[in-house]
Amino acid sequence: MPKDKSIKKILIIGSGPIVIGQGCEFDYSGAQACKVLRKEGYQVVLVNSNPATIMTDPEMANKTYIEPITPAMVAKIIEKERPDSLLPTLGGQTGLNTAVALAEMGVLKKYKVRLLGADLQAIKKAEERDRFKKIVQDIGLEVPKSGFAHSIEEAMKVMEQIGFPLIIRPSYTLGGMGGNVAYNLDEYKRMVQWGLDLSPKRQILVEESVVGWKEYELEVMRDRKDNVVIVCSIENLDPMGIHTGDSITVAPAQTLSDKEYQAMRDAALKIIRAIGVETGGSNIQFAVNPKNGKLYVIEMNPRVSRSSALASKATGFPIAKIASLLAVGYTLDEIPNDITKKTPACFEPTIDYVVVKWPRFTFEKFPQTSPELTVQMKSVGEAMAIGRTFKEAFQKAIRSLEIERYSLDARHIKPGLNDDQLQERLRKNYWDKLWYVAEAYRRKYTTEDLFELTHIDPWFLNHIRDLVEMEKKLFSAGLDKVSNEMLRQAKEAGFSDKYLGIKLGVEETVIRRKRLQAGIQAVYKRVDTCGAEFEASTPYLYSTFEAECEANPTTRRKIIILGGGPNRIGQGIEFDYCCVHAAFALDEIGIESIMVNCNPETVSTDYDTSDRLYFEPLTYEDVMSIIDTEKPDGVIVQFGGQTPLKLSKALHKAGVPIIGTSPGSIEIAEDRKLFNKLVEKLNLLQPFSGTATSYEETLKVARKLGYPLLVRPSFVLGGRAMDIVYDESSLKACVDEALEVSGEHPILIDKFLDDATELDVDAISDGQTVVIGGVMEHIEEAGIHSGDSACFLPPVTLKPETIAEVKRQTRLLALELQVKGLINIQFAIKDDKVYILEVNPRASRTIPFVSKAIGVPLAKLAAKIQAGMTLQQLGFTKEVSRNHYAVKEAVFPFLKFQGADVILGPEMLSTGEVMGISDDYGVAYAKSQIAAGCNLPTKGTVFISVRDADKPRAVQMARKLHELGFKILATKGTCIELIKNNIPSEFVRKMIEGRPNVVDLMINNQIDLIVNTTVGEQTIRDSFPIRRTALDRQIPYITTIRGGLAAARAIEALQNEKLTVKSIQAYYRK
Amino acid sequence: MSNNKAILLLEDGTLFTGRSFGAKGTAVGEVVFNTSMTGYQEITTDPSYFEQILTMTYPMIGNYGTSSDDWESRKLFCSGFIVKENCPFPSNWRNEKTFSDYLKENNVVGLEGIDTRRLVRHIRTQGAMRGIISSSELDINKLRKKLDAYPGLVGRDIVQHVTLGKSYTWTKGVVDVLTGQECKPKPVYRVIAYDFGIKQNILRLLISHGCKVEVVPADTTAAQILKKKPDGVFLSNGPGDPAAVTYAIDAIRGLLGKMPIFGICLGHQLLGLALGGTTYKLKFGHRGANHPVKNLETGKIEITSQNHGFCVDINSLKDKNVELTHMNLNDNTLEGLRCKKLKAFSVQYHPEASPGPHDSQYLFKQFTDWMGKARKAKK
Repeated sequence: MPKDKSIKKILIIGSGPIVIGQGCEFDYSGAQACKVLRKEGYQVVLVNSNPATIMTDPEMANKTYIEPITPAMVAKIIEKERPDSLLPTLGGQTGLNTAVALAEMGVLKKYKVRLLGADLQAIKKAEERDRFKKIVQDIGLEVPKSGFAHSIEEAMKVMEQIGFPLIIRPSYTLGGMGGNVAYNLDEYKRMVQWGLDLSPKRQILVEESVVGWKEYELEVMRDRKDNVVIVCSIENLDPMGIHTGDSITVAPAQTLSDKEYQAMRDAALKIIRAIGVETGGSNIQFAVNPKNGKLYVIEMNPRVSRSSALASKATGFPIAKIASLLAVGYTLDEIPNDITKKTPACFEPTIDYVVVKWPRFTFEKFPQTSPELTVQMKSVGEAMAIGRTFKEAFQKAIRSLEIERYSLDARHIKPGLNDDQLQERLRKNYWDKLWYVAEAYRRKYTTEDLFELTHIDPWFLNHIRDLVEMEKKLFSAGLDKVSNEMLRQAKEAGFSDKYLGIKLGVEETVIRRKRLQAGIQAVYKRVDTCGAEFEASTPYLYSTFEAECEANPTTRRKIIILGGGPNRIGQGIEFDYCCVHAAFALDEIGIESIMVNCNPETVSTDYDTSDRLYFEPLTYEDVMSIIDTEKPDGVIVQFGGQTPLKLSKALHKAGVPIIGTSPGSIEIAEDRKLFNKLVEKLNLLQPFSGTATSYEETLKVARKLGYPLLVRPSFVLGGRAMDIVYDESSLKACVDEALEVSGEHPILIDKFLDDATELDVDAISDGQTVVIGGVMEHIEEAGIHSGDSACFLPPVTLKPETIAEVKRQTRLLALELQVKGLINIQFAIKDDKVYILEVNPRASRTIPFVSKAIGVPLAKLAAKIQAGMTLQQLGFTKEVSRNHYAVKEAVFPFLKFQGADVILGPEMLSTGEVMGISDDYGVAYAKSQIAAGCNLPTKGTVFISVRDADKPRAVQMARKLHELGFKILATKGTCIELIKNNIPSEFVRKMIEGRPNVVDLMINNQIDLIVNTTVGEQTIRDSFPIRRTALDRQIPYITTIRGGLAAARAIEALQNEKLTVKSIQAYYRK
Repeated sequence: MSNNKAILLLEDGTLFTGRSFGAKGTAVGEVVFNTSMTGYQEITTDPSYFEQILTMTYPMIGNYGTSSDDWESRKLFCSGFIVKENCPFPSNWRNEKTFSDYLKENNVVGLEGIDTRRLVRHIRTQGAMRGIISSSELDINKLRKKLDAYPGLVGRDIVQHVTLGKSYTWTKGVVDVLTGQECKPKPVYRVIAYDFGIKQNILRLLISHGCKVEVVPADTTAAQILKKKPDGVFLSNGPGDPAAVTYAIDAIRGLLGKMPIFGICLGHQLLGLALGGTTYKLKFGHRGANHPVKNLETGKIEITSQNHGFCVDINSLKDKNVELTHMNLNDNTLEGLRCKKLKAFSVQYHPEASPGPHDSQYLFKQFTDWMGKARKAKK
């Protein structure tokens, strides 16, 4: 069936900010959809609040709305743009839920918009668990026993029918949010309550636990002629009970015989037909009883998903792209296979390698929360590795994670761990369980023992046993005793040079030299969808240690771009955005782009993005092997965040041509002593500071500088282990942690500028000319990590001469460091003085935001500069000034971590960002808040409790809120201060002052907005229940006065005018 | 290490060295590859692989072990089996023994630890070729001599070596792997199935579609069949060059038009030859479980299981009153034909799957429908 010509204009809804459970995989799917639909001649209208995405680049869609993804806002876009169709299946759960809401509100009917891919009926059949279960049972398949509950009482009845353990799943939440496994009554009641609170419809599903069963997923595609194919099968290493997003998964399925696999395939086909997903991709999850093969259907996602992104990368079959083509009428047999070009997409990919996906966690950022994995997703990113065997892919996946672990190394087991403790760790689903499995094998546990303790399939366990045994042989004698044959076997099993070096007591380069002398080197194989049955025309490569190399490098001028690896807090989609732009830039100027990355969620690992893609870990060894094979003219390390930057020194030393800003300049910026010299030389200011390598040294520096102090490790991103210390008593703990994280580098101690305004400046330089990209004023004061701080572009409270001075200093520093490419500088303004906090001669997290705000693709320009062009040649020599305001707001994962505190500090905690844009800065801020999920009230009651230092400005804020019609409640000190200043306010008790107190009022829905600033550990501890209650009950909570002032301004804007929508293309036109 | 060595020598001199698994020994055959990620046990027992040394493109084989329920014939027919990595610790609730032990007990020589992707790419570009695999004789010259003596498949009737040589009645239906239930309705039609190297899942599916099945040797004549007055005749899959199986082509000619005939794989090729077409050898064949086939009548695509090195020439059937019913979308080769007047139809691929997807089982229903119609017409 050819394409549907009645479709002219298609609306695509993105997935909004990166949150746990909804990562950059939806930028990958959305960007693919935009590209292919425009190529087919359709007009594409896109809405997404996330500026860090490739899909929101102005050239990706005809009209791009960076607006909050709420039904009301999208309705306005529909009213304005009048699309005839809406593709709801590419924007994750957010996109799907918004489309459903629009349909139910009657918006789609009113404007005659039809849903492509899946209609409302099909979406509801798949999404509403009770309907889904009934349909599945009607077609003769089995599901776990379950019941719905809307109250504790109902939940108790369900429990009586099924019995423990029970799984609690709140309805209509993301990433399994609020999901839990209960083993006893106490736990059960608590989890039911939490689940009911989290569900938008106060509904939970209580389900028979199949904890310990094997877990599988199938990625299914269907076209309108009812052709159905399975794109990929996935087997989870972690058994049922751990969210698939948190599980180590393997493709293809390993331990199913053909008969069992076909039974599962038959089930999947029946399900997609019964649900009625007309076209597109779906993901179906199954549980299999390891004892007898009993098959349960767990759930279905009638849309592209995290797993479909993984399946696309794992097989070379681009699910989102094909789903888009199917949605507009094509059938699978009409679409060519991208990789072979000659065969159609109507087939089932077969792969001749093994893929391992490993999630990446950041529990260290949320110390109050349990690091146990459950049915609610907690990971913030993932790495994927490809190898010819499971062992190889498994070990490549470990080192892809960049967590300073290179194998199942015994060093990561706490010394003195006794047997009971070991078994406890094996029973508990902590993220690092496999290290304990390896340890158990070292202690002569058997596979049977371990299966009993972990429920991990013996197939996986035995592979780990093999690795442990191999290690023993390798490391029992010194390096001299390791024969070439043993070394080859070790490399084939995926052992890295680094790990072999650590264990054999030599530098990794020694191992590298030894194996290269023995002719043991990585070769590259192609991902081709067909197990080599047909010729692959797309160079999508992975390394292995075998005979034949298919890399077949070209003789073109070429540049390697090193990507950012797995997403984590502090390094996410923003850096992938920059890498993708680098690839686009090189393509535009005729240079071959070669991408290296191991993150399956991203646009950078789409084989369409660069000329050649190496899906490889970003370690010295893996990168050097690619460089040896490709012999590039240059390597770009500036765009992938800290990951490639960390490698730059070693690569430089090995003679690799690193282009752009020199490694020497990077070193100056990162090395405190060198940097201090530079600042002195240029006559600039920075907070008084020092470095230390021990607690004693720190103490000396601290006494010299005076408190408060900012303490942090060097060479980390996202403010890991960074803290503000107000007195000597809390110094020790903080220094210990910073020292540990900092490793061989000294820790940095700065005088903390209390209540200073922080600025971020992004600029571009070719070494001769420097152009300011944008100056951003943080809403939160200095001391809160810039990644967590909301910011305005352009600034709203600063004097013009201050801004001019900031720009002057930026130019000065960029020229002095001979920056070729991007530079980011953080300044603090206190009493009109400009202090330099930090200089980063690389792409920063704010580059996509600035680029979207000003309408100039800075990363792309920077890549061209690195390739040798000048700003003059690129026609970008003058700063762009616009008449609108853009606000960036951070989005946090607190809700996912039961018990975590929401207070902000110098350690970054946000997972994503949104942008609000408007000609009025109050409106822009209001939009950013709505987009971030914070619904500012326009009337009602505000609760205010502030620390003494904030009282003068709290008065200003409270007055504003009073004028806006808010009733004010305040704690004693604040209340007195407000009344003194003639602002009517009522006293309310703190938690420690008896009852009823502020938390009681919150639970009784008597508070609509909270402003609470704190200082010192005691008050922070005391006020924790307020913050957590606000979070769980979704009451907007502001922790800084500046934030409160901005919120007041936004509330005023919301009261005065209706929010309107405008495409970014229209903003740029002015 | 050295006593564990095994090698593969191809007729063009290419040599692969790896490790031995399964049985020790030496075997010659045509070297081919299969792209199925599952189903290695069904594949080893598929008689169509007779005189073939098989490599699996999926690198890790043996993961789920072997089971006595997964045999497709009475014995293992392939002459050698090559994998990247053989799994010594299978894990599956149906597993009975490791793949290596299974090969050893059934005397099939195995080779592991070679770059199988290199081998597959070599076959893809150079074509399927003769080879010798050995774990008992490592002297290249001696192996070379043995290899040179092997005539290859073209022009030889090897069906005679795989057909059982006697008639028997088949009674088992398809058993659901999840429930253990056998699908065995009351038989309605009497079918005679030619055993050119028949896979048992074809027989099971015939039973499950309400047939009473008698299996007869490959050299059974048309007269012998006609005497039994069956409702339909089934032409099975099998190994080698169809053009060399002249007695079967003759028998089919004698049966055409007398009762509904359904052919699969070699049976399809023999039917094509009987209808006046010609066959030729493909460069490296189709072997796998993911080949898209278009049903030209409905326009729908079936994902099919395939195993063939020869093919009916699509052009040779012009003006022969033969309808082309199925096409391969990868290379536009003929996948199915039909002759309504003569009540015969056949497909090149394997609707019985095992291993592979179940998309095409409707063909068995079509066969019984045709038999029903023929019965009515007789009345």
